[in-house]
Parts: sequence; C-alpha cells; structure tokens
Amino acid sequence: MKIKVEPRADPTWKQTLAVTVFSALLALPIIAVIFWGFHVNPLEAYSVIFEGAFGDWYGVSETLTKSIPLMLCAVGLSVAFQTGFYNIGAEGQLLMGAIFSTYVALRWGSLPSIIIIPAMLIAGFIGGGLWGLIPTYLRVRFETNEVITTLMMNYIATKALEYLVFGPWKGADEWGFPYTSKFHVNTWIPTWGFTRIHTPTLVFAVLSGIVLYLVLNRTKIGFETRIVGKNPEAARYLGISYQRIFMIVMLISGGLAGIAGFGEIAGIQHRLRPGISPGYGFTAIIVAWLGRLHPLSTMLVAVLFGGLLVGGEMLQIRLGLPSATIQLFNGVFLLTILSGEYLLRNRIKIEWREDQ
Amino acid sequence: MTLIEMKNISKYFPPNITALEKVDFTAEPGEIHCLLGENGAGKTTLMNILYGLYKADKGTVKFEGNQVEINSPRDAIDLKIGMVHQHFRLVKRHTVAENIALGLRCDNSLFPLPEVKARIKQVSERYGLSVEPDAYIWELSVGEQQRVEIIKVLCRDIKVLILDEPTSILTPQETETLFNALQLMKQEDIAIIFITHKLDEVMTFSDTVTVLRKGRNVDTVQTKTVDKKSLAKLMVGRDVLFRVEKSEACPAEPVLEINALQAFDDSGLVALDGFSLSVCGGEILGIAGVSGNGQRELVEVITGLRKKTGGMVKISGVDISGLKPGQIAEIGVAHIPEDRIHRGSVPDMRVLDNLMLRDYKQYSKGLLLDAETMRSQSSEMIKEYNIDTPALETPIKLLSGGNIQKVILARELHGSPSLIIASHPTYGLDVGATEQIRKTLLAQRDSGAGVLLISEDLDEIMELSDRVVVIYEGRIMGEVTPETDVSEIGLLMSGGNQ
Amino acid sequence: MITAIISVLRAAVRAGSPLLIGTLGEIYTERSGILNLGVEGVMLMGAVTAFAVTQTTGSIAIGILAAIIVGGLMGLLHAFMSVSLKVNQYVAGLSLVMIGSGVSSLIGLDYIGIRGKTLKPVFLGFDIMVYVFIALAMVLWFILYRTRYGIEIRSVGENPAAADAMGINVNKTRYLCTIFGGALVGLAGAYLSTAYLSSWTDNMTNGRGWIILALTIFASWDPRGAILGAWIFGGVEALQYRLQPLGISPSFLGMLPFISTIIILVVSGKLSKGNRGPPEALGKPYRRGER
Repeated sequence: MKIKVEPRADPTWKQTLAVTVFSALLALPIIAVIFWGFHVNPLEAYSVIFEGAFGDWYGVSETLTKSIPLMLCAVGLSVAFQTGFYNIGAEGQLLMGAIFSTYVALRWGSLPSIIIIPAMLIAGFIGGGLWGLIPTYLRVRFETNEVITTLMMNYIATKALEYLVFGPWKGADEWGFPYTSKFHVNTWIPTWGFTRIHTPTLVFAVLSGIVLYLVLNRTKIGFETRIVGKNPEAARYLGISYQRIFMIVMLISGGLAGIAGFGEIAGIQHRLRPGISPGYGFTAIIVAWLGRLHPLSTMLVAVLFGGLLVGGEMLQIRLGLPSATIQLFNGVFLLTILSGEYLLRNRIKIEWREDQ
Repeated sequence: MTLIEMKNISKYFPPNITALEKVDFTAEPGEIHCLLGENGAGKTTLMNILYGLYKADKGTVKFEGNQVEINSPRDAIDLKIGMVHQHFRLVKRHTVAENIALGLRCDNSLFPLPEVKARIKQVSERYGLSVEPDAYIWELSVGEQQRVEIIKVLCRDIKVLILDEPTSILTPQETETLFNALQLMKQEDIAIIFITHKLDEVMTFSDTVTVLRKGRNVDTVQTKTVDKKSLAKLMVGRDVLFRVEKSEACPAEPVLEINALQAFDDSGLVALDGFSLSVCGGEILGIAGVSGNGQRELVEVITGLRKKTGGMVKISGVDISGLKPGQIAEIGVAHIPEDRIHRGSVPDMRVLDNLMLRDYKQYSKGLLLDAETMRSQSSEMIKEYNIDTPALETPIKLLSGGNIQKVILARELHGSPSLIIASHPTYGLDVGATEQIRKTLLAQRDSGAGVLLISEDLDEIMELSDRVVVIYEGRIMGEVTPETDVSEIGLLMSGGNQ
Repeated sequence: MITAIISVLRAAVRAGSPLLIGTLGEIYTERSGILNLGVEGVMLMGAVTAFAVTQTTGSIAIGILAAIIVGGLMGLLHAFMSVSLKVNQYVAGLSLVMIGSGVSSLIGLDYIGIRGKTLKPVFLGFDIMVYVFIALAMVLWFILYRTRYGIEIRSVGENPAAADAMGINVNKTRYLCTIFGGALVGLAGAYLSTAYLSSWTDNMTNGRGWIILALTIFASWDPRGAILGAWIFGGVEALQYRLQPLGISPSFLGMLPFISTIIILVVSGKLSKGNRGPPEALGKPYRRGER
C-alpha cells in the first residue's frame, strides 16, 4: 500500500467549506486535551462556553455585542491580507481610535448626540487610520517589514493610552483609578432595548462588510487591489502603484479598527481606561483567516467568535481560568485551519497495489 | 556495456497531463547522445527522472546492467550521474568554490574549501574551462556561470553527464569551447546526454539522437544516417517551413527613437551605455545578443519601469521621460514580457480578468466595472486568438504555456498599438503556438506597427526581423541583415571588433 | 559619571543576553529559509517552563534544560507546519505566539509572585550564561561561515533548488535549523525568568520576541551582528529604568524599546541593499520540481 500526495488543481467552494469546518472542529479535541491537562473537565468547559454564548437571550445579545468590534476589525483585515499587507496592528489601531474619540468626547461631549456621535466616529476612523498609515508609509518608502512595525505600534498605543489615563486625562472623581471621567450622556450610542448591543455601530459594521465586498469585486480600484495582492510583479508591470493601493487599504483597515475602538468606548465603556479590548485586534486575525479573507463570510465568523469571547468570559467567572485561555483557543484554531489548507491544496490517494 | 537503460518510463501529472508514456532510452559510454524534441515533448522530464528530481510512475532504470531506484539527486550523484540544468542551480550570493563545495564528499569534511579549490584547478586545466574560485556568482556572466555548473559536476568524477539546453545562452564561440570540453569527456568514456531542440547542433555534434514527441518515443537513430529535414519531420510529425513567409517591409515614421540611452541595473552597475536605435512603423527590428547585456533594462526603460540616467527615448514623437507605465501604455505601446507567468499575468485570477488587465479602465462606468462588456470582449478575444480554455472563469494558471501567451497577446494587441515590444515571445512554447505567435507579430507589422523583438533564439530573430542589431554590454555593436553569416553575428555578440 | 556609564553598560549586557541567544536561534532558522514569527510565544513557554521546573526540582540547570526542550518542540511543530505541510509561515508563526501566550499564562498561574532562584555572578558581575551566550555566538558564526554545514544551511536558505540538486536534504536541514532555533529561543526565555528577573509574570517577555525578529534583520543574519544589536537594545532597556527617577512618565519610557525597534528596522533596511539582505528563499516553501 502506498500513500501518494498530489497537488489539487483548484478546490470547489463546497470542498473549501467542508475542510474549513472540519479543521475548526478538529481544534476542539486538541483544546479538550489541554483543558484536561489543567484539571478542567473539557465537557464542562465547552458547555459553559456554549451556554454562555448562545444559551439564553442575554448570551446571544452579548455575543452580538462582542462581534461588533470583531467584525469591524476582521473586515478591514481581510482586505489588508488580501492585498498582501500583513496588518498585525489592528489592536493598536483600535486603541488609537478610542483615544481620538475620547478626545472629542471629553472636549465637546455636551453637544447634541446627532453631532457628537458622528464626530466621535470620524475621530475614531482618523485615529485608527493614521495609526495604520504610519507603518504603511515605512513599508512603502523604506520597505520596512510591516509585521514587526504594526506590532510595535500596538505596544506604543497601549503605552500612550496608559499615559493619558494615568496622567492628563485622569478623571477627577474616579478615586485614583486610571479612568477618564464618564462621558457625557450625549455621547452614548443608543443600545437596543435592554441589551448592550449598540445597534448603529453594528449596522455600520455589516454595511462596511458589504460595501467592501462590492468595491473589491465590482470597481476598478478593487480590481487593482486584488491584482496587487495576487501578483505584485504583474501589478508593477501594469503600472499599478502598489504604494497607493497599500495606503488606501490600510487607511480603511486601520480606520475600521479605529471605529471598533470608538464603538467600545462610546457604546459600552463610556470612558477611556486600560483593557477596553480583550485582544479584539488579534482575534480578528483568526476571524479573517477563518473567513477565508472574504468580507461576507468573515462577518459570520465574527459572530461565532463573539460567542467564543463571551464563553471565554464565562470560563473566567465560573471556572477561574485566566483571560489568556482565549489566546490559546485562537492559536489552536489557527493551527488546525492552516493544517486543513494542506488538504485543500493536495489530494491524498491511497494505492493498494503497485503495478509495473 | 550499456551504461544507462531506461525502459517503459511513464510519468503523469495530475489532473490529466501525460508527460511521458512508455519511453525507452539508453546511453552508452563515450557517446554523445542527443535527446531531441519540441518544448513539452518530455525531454527534461525524462532526465529529471534519471537524476532523481521526479519519480516515474511506471518503468525501470538500469545502471551498468543492475536495476536501481533513483529517489533523489543524492542517489543519482552516488551513481556518478551529473546534470547541468537549463535554469542554473547556483547560489548567487556565494562564491564559485562554495557552490562547488556544496554536498561534495571530501576528505576534510568540515573545512572543504582548500581541497575544493585544488580540484577546481585540476578540472579547469583538464577540460579547458576556466573560472575564478573566489569570484561571486552574481559577478559572473551567464557563460561563466554555466562553466561553473559544468565544473561542479565534473568535480565529482561522473560517468554520465546530462546537459539540458546548454547552448541556448551561449555565444557561438562559447559553444565551441563547450564542445571541445565534451570531446575530451567523450574520450574518457563518459556518456553525454544532450537535451536540445536545435537541429544544427544535433547534426554537428552528436553520435546518436533519440527523438521524443508528446511524451513518446518516435525513433532513435545514428546521426550520420539522417539529415536535418528528416529529423525535423520526426520531431514535429509534419514538414516544417524553415522560413516563415513574409512580405517586404515598408517602413514609415519612426515609432521608437532612442538616443544615447544610459541606465543602471539593479546592482547599480551600468546596463545601458549610450545606446541608440530606431524602429519604424511597419518593420520588425530584432535585437540579438546573449541574455544579460542590457536587454531587460532596455525594455524596462521603454515601458517606464526603470528610470534612465541619460539620453532620450521618444515613442511616436513623445518624450517619455518621467511618464509612468500606464501613461506609456496609453500612447500605444504593447509589451509582451519575458516572464509570462510572473510578470505577464496574474496566475490566480481568471482568464477573463487577465484578458481585461490592460483595458479594464475603458470598460467602466464611473467607479464600477462594466462586467457585461468585459465578458463579451473576452469571448471575442478568445475566438480571435484561438485560446484553449474550459471557461472564461478558469484560473489562468491552469492553462498551458502557449495559451497563457495567447492571452497576453490578445490583451496587449487589442488596442492596435503602434509599438510592440516582444521579449522572448516563443520561449518554451510548442511549435503550433510558436507559429501562431510569429504570424501574429508579422500581421501586426503588416498593418503598420513597429515591433522590437528581443530573443535569445538567433534563428527566430533571423526569421522574423527586417533588420537586426546586436547588443553587447549595453551598446549596439552593429547592424546586420538576416542574410549575414552566423559566425560574424557571434563575434559581435561577444564583443566583436573592439 | 563614569560609574553611571559603566552601570548602564553592565545592565545593557545583562538585559541584552536573552535577546542575544534568541536572535542567534532565529538567525539559524531564517538562514535555512524558514521564518518563525512565533518567537514571542516560544520565549514565553521557555520562561514559564524554566521557572516552573526550577521551582519543582530546585535546580536551575534542569529548568533551563527543560526550557530548551520545550523550545525545540515548538520549533518542531513550526517546522512540520512550514516544511512538511507548507502552510503560510507568517500565520503559522502567529498561531505559535497565541498558543505560547495562552499555555504559558495557564501554567504560570500557580507561579505568580513567587521569588525564584537566580544565577550567581562569576566574573565582572555577570553570570556564566552571559559568557556562554557570547561564546556560542562566535561558535555559531564560525559554523555558519567557515564550515561545510554552514555552506549547506546558507545554500538551503538562498537557493533550495540548487542544494537539492547537489544531494542536500533540504527538508532535513530546515527541520534541524528550526528546531535548533526554537531551542535557543526557549533558552532565551529561560534566562529571562531565572537569571535575569527571577520571577514569573504573565506575558513577561513584553515584546522581546518581536524585538528579536527585528534584531535578526539588524544583524544581517550574521551572529556577530546579533551581539551588537542585543547590547544596543539591552542599553535601551537599561536606560528606561535609569531615566524613570527623572520624572519622565513610565509610560513614555515604556515606549522606548518599541520605537527603537522601528527606527532600527528602518535603518537596517537602508543599509542592507543588495547582498546584505535576507536569504533569498526566506518564507517560501520548497517544492521539488517546481519552476
């Protein structure tokens, strides 16, 4: 018996879906083993996660709430990755967006909602966009590796936020906690009923996914962007300026992450403080990859991972596991999905007899 | 005794390509055996199997009468088989000695360099192939690099030497040096297997020739019993015209004017050194020359991908200084690039997208692409150029080389360009595709376009061009006509009358 | 004044030591053509393993050994993904970071706040590992540039097709280099949690893994350059603490290593044109017979 591995021509979308789902499911037993190694009953853990995320209406609403920043970040990342630009800095771009929105909220918070909320959104976009453009400029001008620079920007943004909330922006009546004062009520994004879902942001997120999908596939610039991603050499030969494309794509990717930051502080926290993001920017990388870098499927996966984050919180509360457990999930998922891609690219044939 | 005996070799590439089907091949010591066939006939595949880079799906290989399994180059090397590939396998950043030391089994295993350098000297003197052991590969010319490849193989005491299209990048003089070395090897009972598609070489240098066509044996004959014409017929299966029929050129306005052009290459060395030429509408100007003498940089300057450092380039009367590639294309310049897969197309995108790569801006309303028009245009182009593809949505990487080139042609020639730059347009293509492409270029020339043809294939340049110039180290060495003697052209190509 | 400078230099060497050994490991990995972005995760695993095992067994030597093994295993995983499965190496590395962060946090739960063992200084105020690392750097440089194995490794990273054609086992070489690289990065983490900081905190590497990736570029993939780069960065870290009493916000100071990394990357880019660049085949999977 011989096992032969042959390259496969091009997988159909059914095959892609099957393999992706299969690989994602494969992560579950692996994580179960790790849980078991830490004396946590995996079945108990999984049921806590599932119940927490989808068990009741509150869980579902929390899932949707958490999916908003994931969607925004992941949609932007899927475009960035498709262009061949490895943006690992969504986390920092989110924080910068939050910072910029905070500035607007602290300064002009008493203006009517209809003015201040869009203003904060725009500020968030600008903050995240600028933060994303800096490493892009370095890449375009000096060919500096963007994986490391975008990552460094994450750390810098975290420190900047720390500085602001421990220093100049520290709330006067917050008993010494590193928080800003609570924002003026006018800046609060309206939520849906008794849930914490800040619906306008959710709508914006879904719209941005649809719009980006259309732009990528139906417009001139979308066409050019895809060429840059699939064959930068040919793009150069065709005279497409990859510099221009990179800058536009990263403005959008960073900007969307910035809006995610705006959403968190204007919709949920209503103040600026450390830890407003439990790693949304990093989880969004998995979401985008699992969604095969397609803006539409990415949005669906974002909801799933929103549920995972809610479940992770439940694990923290009920079983005392640290927040890093989510990172573990993310990592194992990524690993299995990557391995699954091997099956997509190759066909495995088993030959029962060798004939001469 | 027979050194190599390959029997019944079959090799398939999924999904449905048959590279080789029940092929037999033998090699005797002290014989120069040519493996002849068109591109895609299976010659390289067969030898890659012998060298362990591919595994045959069926068939056996016998070495000196014993059946052997060659699963990797290591096994082939242990059997004293050496191969010089068409695309060199050299580490550019390392020195000659370091490249030759790679994988060499020496006495002093940890510090091989002194011993390697001694062996290099020995081999160089024995076969008349000289190289500088401490030189870096990127400093060497293409001919010198090939010499390194050959010495690399000879340093390992081989019994069988496989050469894959070795002369395609050599000047006539370098070719002679190579063949002198081969004669010496022949006297030492080394079996030499020579892959080629050049009939002249087969006739001049080989003892035996095996012809493959479409992955199957056609025949194996003693060279002295055949002539060029019959070999060609064996190779292709029909009578081949050696000269493409073309009408007289009627030159009009200069469509391309280059004056004292200067430019650097990627390493900052001078690539173009005061280069001047002109191409008129309705003529084909061929640029003959060994690869690496400035052709690539010339094409890049004309198409706007490289900044010139001096001189002037005018296309249709317009000075293109500072213009971007897109703008130059709009003046009416078509570019058929050397590397059709990585530069000429986007492999993962569909045939439709690749056909529209140039004109998509025209087929748009505002920001949106006009999908309808793009589709209908693409269908027309497929019919006009006879492109064989399952559907418009097929990813172009699944098409054969010839069809990919046709897509590029269709796309580039669509706007009736006034200047066409064709870089090695038929490299690696089968005879059918080659004929079609050459006819297309001639048709364009007949309707008034100027064509700048760059090719390493001297035969192709001679067949198609109205005028031929020779480039060497970034300068024009001279202009010749298609009737000029090959050796005089060879002289110009290697620095000539300086 | 002089004593202040000497004190900074000394701190620079100590702080730079984990960076040095980690960079040496990544240099070998990348020289063979594999990009391992997972350094941060591997380092964390090395740190927590060394700390936990040292606490349990009472011996730093065993703790460090365990960390080396763990690092090597993670390298093996990355090698499997990158060489055998030929997946996207960027994303595979990122998954290692996440797994390393997650698992190390879980393991480290029991060890937060415990005072660990440290190494005694042997000469000039430095412990033995500092000298071991420097010696290792020179040895690794020698192997890479002056021996047969070095030629093989570098050829595999520059032109695997060439190496394959000469009978070198490309996959084996890449596996070995990636495992070796992972082991050294694990060692870097071990040094961090035992000799250097003698404790475990969640995410204690604080970006050092990414800095190692930048240092690899800065060093031009040459072990000698790693020494210089590591000490410069050690200096930045040392300065951070010394500038604090001057009233500069610790948050700003905290930004220093990261801003420096970006600056160093930009500068390295400008310097490494042409032949001092990365190995040609870095990050690209090798398939025999592919054109």
